[in-house]
Amino acid sequence: MTGGAIPAKLAEIIDDFQDLTEPDRLQLLLDFSRELPDLPERYGDHPELLEQVVECQSPLFLTMEIGDEPERPVHLFFSAPPEAPTTRGFAGVLLEGLDGLPAEELLAVPDDVPDRLGLTRAITPLRMRGMAAMLGRIKRKIREAQ
Amino acid sequence: MTLAADPQDKFSEYAHPERLVSTDWLAANLDAEGLVVVESDEDVLLYETGHIPGAVKIDWHTELNDEVTRDYIDGEAFARLMAAKGISRDSTVVIYGDKSNWWAAYTLWVFTLFGHEDVRLLDGGRDKWVAEGRPMTTDKPEVTPSDYPVVERNDAPVRAFLGDVLEHLGKPLIDVRSGDEYTGARTTMPAYPEEGALRGGHIPTAVSVPWARAAASDGTFRTRAELDAIYRDEAGLQEGDDVVAYCRIGERSSHTWFVLTHLLGFGNVRNYDGSWTEWGNAVRVPIVRGSEPGEVPAASARAAR
Repeated sequence: MTGGAIPAKLAEIIDDFQDLTEPDRLQLLLDFSRELPDLPERYGDHPELLEQVVECQSPLFLTMEIGDEPERPVHLFFSAPPEAPTTRGFAGVLLEGLDGLPAEELLAVPDDVPDRLGLTRAITPLRMRGMAAMLGRIKRKIREAQ
Repeated sequence: MTLAADPQDKFSEYAHPERLVSTDWLAANLDAEGLVVVESDEDVLLYETGHIPGAVKIDWHTELNDEVTRDYIDGEAFARLMAAKGISRDSTVVIYGDKSNWWAAYTLWVFTLFGHEDVRLLDGGRDKWVAEGRPMTTDKPEVTPSDYPVVERNDAPVRAFLGDVLEHLGKPLIDVRSGDEYTGARTTMPAYPEEGALRGGHIPTAVSVPWARAAASDGTFRTRAELDAIYRDEAGLQEGDDVVAYCRIGERSSHTWFVLTHLLGFGNVRNYDGSWTEWGNAVRVPIVRGSEPGEVPAASARAAR
């Protein structure tokens, strides 16, 4: 189920990371962290509508809106505190790479995408697990909504 | 050429007041010759979002641990790391970090393995410095590489291994994890990733004192009187005790090690860094579930060796 194609936007981000040296990759992740948008008001005022991804080292809250058939485009919303830049960076990568894609395409994203960013050595496998957990949670929520 | 200690009243109550500095002291001494400020955080990118001017970063995961063996770096690697950070053997090193200095204490403990003499914590850590509106910068510090001698690690005085802990059973053990980890209801911290322990519970006879109880709400260490009430009156530690502290991978227990050693003056405290990720996976070591410390099971301790 996980051998699908990597969506174009996400593939581009992976290439961007791969083209850089390790310190610059961290810098790029930091840029994603800085650019993670605030939640829209309808969620910002209602934290109870968000779900915590407990596998992440720092608190990350996630929710999504799934559109109508046949495409069922998925919109993602993340929230993590400024004291958790790595978690925010992971969320930023997933948001830019996956937001708005049809549910089917999102479910086909390979589970090992986080490993392909080339950050595992600089960040350690333990920390990378947080990002894998985010992707896993997104897919599970889409399946549950079906 | 170390700097004079911070003469704060609160610190003078502690056994080794020279191990702590206040944010006021650090602000006044930032440019002092012989001082190196080190930031150690849980989050590998937090330093890059802004740090105390001139502070260098040490990442506990990528810089202090050996990449292959589950162990700390050796004397040569430590010397290289220190040289790259501009730290000399006689530097005064002040470490601070996020989450009540949790990871900063871990870094300080690793410095102790190499016998670096003058290493201190910033009371209240990163959060207090930020809360007080003190300067932060994203400018990379200008580091003049130093010469640091190759000093072999001396683990025995402050580090316990699995076999040491088996022999230690019957003497004071402090489990600093959360209540649910202690009872065995869960094997990881609430809201943290699974690091893989096959069994839940605690080492027989270990008393539960979650590490964060040593910190006040602003991240500073509790006063001497408050700490005495927790560790002596409640946990039952007595002068002269030989104590081992542990958690899940040895980071939270470094914080408790600092409190017992430097703030309360216990002379014989070791951190068992293998902690629950080793004990909870080891074959035939005794484990107790539930909220009671439990008894020393002499027979099973021997069998595991």
